[in-house]
Amino acid sequence: MKLIFEKGAPGQHLSLLPACDVPEVEIVSPRAEAPELPHLSETELTRHYTALAKRVHGVNDGFYPLGSCTMKYNPKINEDMANLPGFTNIHPLQPEETVQGCLEVLHTSAKLLGEITGMDAMTFQPAAGAHGEFTGLLLIKAYHKNRGDSARTKIIVPDSAHGTNPASAVMAGFTVVNVPSGPDGCVDVEALRSAVGPDTAGLMLTNPNTVGIFDRNILEITKIIHDAGGLCYYDGANLNAVMGVVRPGDMGFDVIHLNLHKTFSTPHGGGGPGAGAVGCKALLAPFLPGPVVEKNENGYRLAVPEHSIGRVKNFCGNFGVVVRALTYVLTLGQEGIPEAAKNAVLNANYMMKRLSEKYTMAYAGPCMHEFVMDLQDLKAATGCSAMDIAKGLLDHGIHPPTMYFPLIVHEALMIEPTETESRETMDEACDVFLALWDLAHETPQALHDAPVKTPVRRLDEVGAARNPVLKYTPND
Amino acid sequence: MGSYIPNTRAQREEMLSAVGVSRVEDLFAAVPHEMLLEHLDLPAGLSELEVRRAVEAMAAKNKVYGTVLRGAGAYRHFIPSVVKSVISREELVTAYTPYQAEVSQGILQAIFEYQTMICALTGMEVSNASVYDGSTAAAEAIAMCRDRKKNKALVSACADPQTIAVMRTYCFGSGMELEVVPAKDGRTDLEALKAALTADAACVYLQQPNFFGNIEDAKAAGEAVHAAGAKYIMGCNPIALAVMETPAECGADIAVGEAQPLGLDLAFGGPYLGYMAANKAMFRKLPGRIVGQTHDVDGNVGYVLTLTAREQHIRREKASSNICSNQALCAFAAGVYLSAMGAEGLRQAAKLSMSKAHYLAAELAKIGLPRLHEGPFFHEFATKCDKPGAVLKALDEQGILGGLAVDGGILWCATEVVSKEEIDRAVAIIKEVC
Amino acid sequence: MTFPAELKYSKDHEWVKMLDGATALVGITDFAQSELGDLVFINLPQEGDDVTADEAFCDVESVKAVSDVVSPVTGVVEEANTELEDEPQKLNEDPYGAWIAKIKDISAFGELLSAEEYEAFIEKK
Repeated sequence: MKLIFEKGAPGQHLSLLPACDVPEVEIVSPRAEAPELPHLSETELTRHYTALAKRVHGVNDGFYPLGSCTMKYNPKINEDMANLPGFTNIHPLQPEETVQGCLEVLHTSAKLLGEITGMDAMTFQPAAGAHGEFTGLLLIKAYHKNRGDSARTKIIVPDSAHGTNPASAVMAGFTVVNVPSGPDGCVDVEALRSAVGPDTAGLMLTNPNTVGIFDRNILEITKIIHDAGGLCYYDGANLNAVMGVVRPGDMGFDVIHLNLHKTFSTPHGGGGPGAGAVGCKALLAPFLPGPVVEKNENGYRLAVPEHSIGRVKNFCGNFGVVVRALTYVLTLGQEGIPEAAKNAVLNANYMMKRLSEKYTMAYAGPCMHEFVMDLQDLKAATGCSAMDIAKGLLDHGIHPPTMYFPLIVHEALMIEPTETESRETMDEACDVFLALWDLAHETPQALHDAPVKTPVRRLDEVGAARNPVLKYTPND
Repeated sequence: MGSYIPNTRAQREEMLSAVGVSRVEDLFAAVPHEMLLEHLDLPAGLSELEVRRAVEAMAAKNKVYGTVLRGAGAYRHFIPSVVKSVISREELVTAYTPYQAEVSQGILQAIFEYQTMICALTGMEVSNASVYDGSTAAAEAIAMCRDRKKNKALVSACADPQTIAVMRTYCFGSGMELEVVPAKDGRTDLEALKAALTADAACVYLQQPNFFGNIEDAKAAGEAVHAAGAKYIMGCNPIALAVMETPAECGADIAVGEAQPLGLDLAFGGPYLGYMAANKAMFRKLPGRIVGQTHDVDGNVGYVLTLTAREQHIRREKASSNICSNQALCAFAAGVYLSAMGAEGLRQAAKLSMSKAHYLAAELAKIGLPRLHEGPFFHEFATKCDKPGAVLKALDEQGILGGLAVDGGILWCATEVVSKEEIDRAVAIIKEVC
Repeated sequence: MTFPAELKYSKDHEWVKMLDGATALVGITDFAQSELGDLVFINLPQEGDDVTADEAFCDVESVKAVSDVVSPVTGVVEEANTELEDEPQKLNEDPYGAWIAKIKDISAFGELLSAEEYEAFIEKK
């Protein structure tokens, strides 16, 4: 498919702006040449984007069981609400009296999400989960600094953690201490006990963990950290398993981030925008980035917390994403929130049961909202890897699960159906997985060659990295 | 209550029995009993009709102004209809990050096109797939320049105060030192800048046009920065770049900025879009995702996320940034905007914005609100004003969002969407008050 | 798999070629490059960097992973092989020719094996 720069002809354009009704002014320091941008008619332009959209597989195209991403259905009412002119046309620096509706959205969202998570205060400034992690860790840093304790330089991270966890810790100025996971995929409590000390600033953990298992030692784990003088950070990526059933605040966590674009149904958009709301207990609230929304008898107002770490983004964060999340929480309500979690867990266990017919599960026992399969035995027997199975799925219109994560499982495929998939869809998907297992044994080459039905086939990633071509340059 | 759960009660019973438990609660056995939530204090769920009413009621409490004369980091520009029409397509909205390249070529190609357009606008060699916004882009850029011997970042006092605040917070994390170079008459004080460029200065960040709308002598600043062995980062308004000297022409090593003006709604501050571009020497230090062109096994051209070994999911604690996502759909929108406008349309938007702003400035000067600063400006400018509260209130009552009150007066902005009539009307109202 | 006899080897899979008593070339072994897969980039050390035996002094990237290269000696980087920046594949194609850095002022060595000892060490893995 041609690039947009290769279409149209010079001179073709849309008719978008009127003539100038005031004296025209020229810039004093002009650029030497005009930028090379596309030149298309509206017909060609829209056709180009229609063609691009047809080369994308979204949640609305079919099953998308990406572990740890929570690809649940994105409700259309959320889009309509976020696009209300009463939200889209609001300048972020309007006087407070004129944005009471926006402040109500933020305040109400903080209250409802705070109730779901057991947190006392919340900011929506972080734009993504990793951004939220960075923010939450800075809260911990500021807290210790405020206490006059400069020895706490280490953050403990399990080896099963998502790469953003240690990266965020380093960005926040900490050193990372990795603790091993036990054979059950959970934190090795004794190893954790030996790892804490007066230099422990805190722990980062997700529960259920990245292999989809609820760590039953969680209260002991958070106590170990608290007894050592540290604080506990909850990576909210897996909240879909437990929302409304158990709260991170009750597990002993002091600060959390939520991925509104995972648990709270806001769409992924091909890689963003999302929102990484950060919630915390009262002891960290004075350090939150500002401004936060307060409510009094006169209405809502913006205020900067007393010992605020400052700002992690302009204005109040990805407001449009928060509107979508609020719409979703209002829709589900008191009954719907835990019902979603319970069905997410049921769906995952159902698929795990069916796939256990042939595939090896990385960990025995029931899972939470996601589970990990270990394809090492398949690879040894047939030469077909997790990658090959994934590419085979593409030819059946199914987006592959998460591959090769977490690092503690080799040849991993992590599956998270979410609660919004029907039994029929899951049964069809399981049938495909099981058929691919058989195909791997009968004709492994077919999987090495997959995919064959997609717009392009397997791509040369080595070439792309060795000789990077990162923009279009017209041929001479 | 809306549920979005397709399976009926009966189907769930069957699934429970297939799994081998009698109640779904049995699957939560690992959760310590005392932790199970007894009561979730949320209101009952609502039907779609009720939700719509509730949220529309909130939106109705906001005031939408007919005329906006305020910028300061968020700009009301004309958004062609094709932009929203394209980015509301289901496939694009609901897709995940394009890790499975074979079924994501649409997104990957669109990002590759976006990267190309950012390079065209800035003149730089390589662009990434975008970051959260202009201020975080600036904060990431100063981190790119840090090295063992140079731990200080210099930022002009004429940069957006929010950008400076974000940089400060990021430096609280990284331990990088941040020093603000003073302003003189609404522009960066070049002499003060030269004095601040000590041996430990890693980089200098200059906003262009600056927060007060003034156009800086960016080339001269760049020369001073390089003479001191530091890196030069420019934060440029992308509409201005249609006509203004590019960061590449000014010698920038890294170009960043807020791309909200390229087809994104004001939306009370987000989601917005941060662009980051670098020259050949520095592009491998760019954080975030980057799309590259390659071929598939049949020799067809295709696109993939590339240079991924820079990123957090591979480098973990050795990554230079934790950033995991980009603002993909926003970058997509910017690409559609730039394609719809084309070079000529963008030039028109820039020219109109600038001309309207200069007309507004001239009219305000006539009624006793002269500019606070001298020298060239783009589409924003600050004027003296003795009664900013009264002026803004009078405008507000007529549905006009006046400029932003700043030290010494008001910071005004005009874009291509403001007509001469609207400007004349605003000036008449202000004249009554002053 | 090749093990040139005139080189010394570390258990972290680097090779050392002494140029004189206090200067050496270092690189990664054939075994290392085959384990790492197609290399797409090397983050070379800088001239003047101090390197310490048994500590990482640079890293190499494949598409999906990054790996530390551990220095077999203590000294100072005199020169880095900048050819590898544009042609990282040479590390795969010619691991013993594609030296990574020339180290001078060598003051200490890590544990170094002969070609036979290193080959035996690999066999056991």
